[in-house]
Amino acid sequence: MRTIAVVGTSLAGLRSAQELRQQGFDGKLVLVGEEPHQPYDRPPLSKDFLLGKLDADDLALASAEDLAGLDAEWRLGTRAERLSGTTLTLSDETEIAADGVVVATGGTAKTLAGSGHLAGVHTLRTLDDAVALRRALAAGPSGVVVIGAGFIGAEVASACWALGHEVTVVEAAPVPLAGVLGAPLGAVCAGLHGHHGVRMLTGVGVAGLLGTSAVTGVRLADGTEIPAELVVVGVGVRPNTAWLTGSGIAVDDGVLADSGCVTRNPRVIAVGDVVRYQCPRRGRRVRAEHWTAATEQPAVAVRNLLAGSTVANYERPGYFWSDQYGRRIQFAGVGTGEARIVEGDPGERKFVATYTEGERVVGVLAMDSPKSFTRLRRAL
Amino acid sequence: MIRACPVADLPDGEAIRVVAPVPISVFHTEGAYFAMDDTCSHQDASLADGWVEGCFVECPLHAARFDLRTGVPTCLPAKNPLRTYPVVELDGVLYVDAPQQLDATG
Repeated sequence: MRTIAVVGTSLAGLRSAQELRQQGFDGKLVLVGEEPHQPYDRPPLSKDFLLGKLDADDLALASAEDLAGLDAEWRLGTRAERLSGTTLTLSDETEIAADGVVVATGGTAKTLAGSGHLAGVHTLRTLDDAVALRRALAAGPSGVVVIGAGFIGAEVASACWALGHEVTVVEAAPVPLAGVLGAPLGAVCAGLHGHHGVRMLTGVGVAGLLGTSAVTGVRLADGTEIPAELVVVGVGVRPNTAWLTGSGIAVDDGVLADSGCVTRNPRVIAVGDVVRYQCPRRGRRVRAEHWTAATEQPAVAVRNLLAGSTVANYERPGYFWSDQYGRRIQFAGVGTGEARIVEGDPGERKFVATYTEGERVVGVLAMDSPKSFTRLRRAL
Repeated sequence: MIRACPVADLPDGEAIRVVAPVPISVFHTEGAYFAMDDTCSHQDASLADGWVEGCFVECPLHAARFDLRTGVPTCLPAKNPLRTYPVVELDGVLYVDAPQQLDATG
């Protein structure tokens, strides 16, 4: 291959570029990124960045020397509009005739229908989102509502609480995080909100937002109205795949790929939040949507791209962490089967739990217990 | 010198965090003792909680690996090295040869 284009310059895209060079690709490397920024780390955006402990410069994923060492052509602030075979058309109407393509376009935060015109309504995905949210919080809104008690919503609520705001979290599911952690432990993690005096309403959907030009509140499905000058919507991510329409690459809630992150076209691989790959551990297609997958998949996917076929599988157990209210939650594997506390006490907000299927441990969840967690995670 | 712990408190394969101006961890592995800054150079995590294998420790948060002999990271996401310190054994007690107070350069 003479030219490889990496579409997406966040973690998975950068790691792919680094892997390409490390694995010996010495041809032309083009990196296309919709955001104007050099690659930056997203997890701190909902944590220390919101708290003002970190600034944009602290988030760089690679130093200027490391980036220069990639010897790549950077097309930042440019979107990929179309893919035909392995030829890209960009938003500035230029074309890149590549021989191989890495799809690492990530996802876009979902929004609430009909809320786009209201000031004071935020999502949190990008650095620009985080800058806007930090600025809005600094303006001292009276009342913050976080819609969605997933990990992003929980971290935003925690940051708002730490900054002294009055926060209400609204979650449509009866138990937050139940889909990932199971209901009992989902309830334990979500209990952090109430323990810190943050009001949480569960099992109630959002009917709409109030206000004409700026948001003034949230109306719930049961008719309750919660006043709010600032609303953060954390209801998940939609994979960025629209640009692949007509490319022949199969898409269904993500770019469909095999167990080696290779798409239907062996010259096109997909990594990070955008890929829905065949997970050997779970026996079905999954989209990982986590930092660790975005760092680990590129080594495997790039190897397969350079080999011309799938010679390696991505089969590491999933892992993510979350920092909330001064507690660190870590999770690895899958949250299915029987959950059991093996150390500590959920009531003390310091514990380790395992998920077992038969005799086999398939998942580990820990709160403020990194040492035991690490040992159990290694055994997965 | 900073007192770490009695030798008996640190069996092979274990690590202990020592209270110091900058937290330091002492590791016992491969039959030797190593001391290194405790906080991962990538993000806030204690390497004493990490996974020790050979002369390396893997960060419990994002799996960056450090060489305990040199403090140099061997893989991403860590990019910057950590300081290492000599470990001294005296009358059955381990000490870290590090200043007890921060100097001007921190």
